[in-house]
Amino acid sequence: MTGTAEIRARKATFVEDVWAIARRSIRQLPRDLPTVVPALMIPLFFLVVNIGSLQSAAAFTSIQISYKAFQLPVAIVFAVTGVSRAPALVLDIQNGYFDRLMTTPVSRRALLLGHMLADFVLVVALIVPVLSLGFVIGVRFPTGPFGVAAFILIGASWGLAYTGIPYAIALKTGNPGAVNSSFLLFFPFAFLTTAYLPIENMTGWLGAIAGYNPVTYLLAGLRSLFVSWQWGELGKALLAIVGLAAVSQTLSFRALQGRVQQK
Amino acid sequence: MTPAAIAVRLEGLRRTFGDLTAVDGIDLEVRAGEIYGFLGPNGAGKSTVVRMLTTLLAPSGGRAWVGGLDVQQSPDAVRLVIGVALQEAGLDANMTGREILVTQGRLFGLARAQIDARIEELAPILDMRALDRLVGTYSGGMARRLDLAAALMHNPSVLFLDEPTTGLDPPGRLRVWEEVRRLNREVGLTLFLTTQYLEEADELADRVGIINAGRLVAEGTPTELKRSIGTDVVTAIVDGDPAIAKAVLDEVDGLDSVDVFGDEIRVSTGNGSRALSPVALALAGAGVHVRELSLRTPTLDDVFLDVTGTHLEGGST
Repeated sequence: MTGTAEIRARKATFVEDVWAIARRSIRQLPRDLPTVVPALMIPLFFLVVNIGSLQSAAAFTSIQISYKAFQLPVAIVFAVTGVSRAPALVLDIQNGYFDRLMTTPVSRRALLLGHMLADFVLVVALIVPVLSLGFVIGVRFPTGPFGVAAFILIGASWGLAYTGIPYAIALKTGNPGAVNSSFLLFFPFAFLTTAYLPIENMTGWLGAIAGYNPVTYLLAGLRSLFVSWQWGELGKALLAIVGLAAVSQTLSFRALQGRVQQK
Repeated sequence: MTPAAIAVRLEGLRRTFGDLTAVDGIDLEVRAGEIYGFLGPNGAGKSTVVRMLTTLLAPSGGRAWVGGLDVQQSPDAVRLVIGVALQEAGLDANMTGREILVTQGRLFGLARAQIDARIEELAPILDMRALDRLVGTYSGGMARRLDLAAALMHNPSVLFLDEPTTGLDPPGRLRVWEEVRRLNREVGLTLFLTTQYLEEADELADRVGIINAGRLVAEGTPTELKRSIGTDVVTAIVDGDPAIAKAVLDEVDGLDSVDVFGDEIRVSTGNGSRALSPVALALAGAGVHVRELSLRTPTLDDVFLDVTGTHLEGGST
């Protein structure tokens, strides 16, 4: 019945491992709609409400683009920040599937990278409807289709860079409640920035804090695509993403190491 | 015995968690092609031993080899030769049965055609009609069998089953037993099986190791272990001072031993039917009130009682 001679187990390559984990994780995305839908509804809500309530006040600020275009990157950041497969990873830890994976020769780093590949698919899937609403309300890209692609890529990269935080919490605690609350860590970054006003229109202390907030540079980079190719702004946005990724992914891979270590 | 004929070997294996010693210096060997039953109560250290042998937990001391490979020095090589079904079926309720098997196969480097062929081979274990359903809809027995099939996907040579029938109804338990026997008989798979069920160890295992409080307290074939108690066992549950009952029975001819465990007097003898009447008469003559008197052949519980002073099933005496 079992045990054919031609079935010989071997250690799969790193790429095969990452892809095996990613396939599983991507396949589960449509089955986890209850966790994805709120992540989409919140930015759409903020986009509509912020534009509706603040658009006329924008005339008194130094904003160089339409307030709709000014708000669209904010909605994108809300859509992609904190969204990850970390809750699924916690479930794996709780239901024993993680232990099953640990008894296979899978590369331990692939366990995280596979999920992150799925995260990239997820954040792009979240960006597209928000961006589509932006188009519907009249936002346009003078930078053309490449500008749109850059906008999506930068937004998705930011989302991916942030995933290290929920993964670190998931692997460290194995607690779904702790993972779900990881979004709260983003709140100071989300509001102590240029979400509503340009930095020069802020009061002194808020402007000073916003100057140190990486989200400020991310938003500036994304907004620059509504004007022209401004490489300086884009470079600063990429630096902000790399800086966040360096911190958050160091935390996540350290937490992974702690979890998979034979203690 | 040559090293190749030893599938699992433990030398002074220890594991502590802070001040608690969960596994306290276990030495044992499991021969290739053998079903080894690791029997003990909850908390005895069975699962901790399995977690060390399956590379999930590092030993605090001692060494262990599986398939001739050191579990600490060559964990990835060990993982290639073992199959593992832990106490809680490690399944994702949000995947289908087929997805779990395919993912498992891929992580062991199998090509899709090999995976499909393997799923066909494992069909007797699986409920094939449910294979494309989400695991969350499976019954406990179906999930257990899927877990077993996943552990076998890569054709391992040593299979670790940690309490494989806990939580299953009697028909489900019988079905798992049959699969275990078949795997051992047809494929020559070595099985390291932990259980807290006496009957399971007795029915399935070629050899049994009894573990209590982290120590291996007895080992042998079920027949050898039971024979160590005697051919027959007469058990009397008495009211009053059991020491009086023991003193009376110590004077009866033809009894091999008389042991007291709480209110239970256990008499080992070569001929139980012949000993039953003298035992009953001696106790009645001494005015000992007997609540229950029974004659039976020894069980592994008697062995456990003998070496630990406690029943494996039904609590302490």
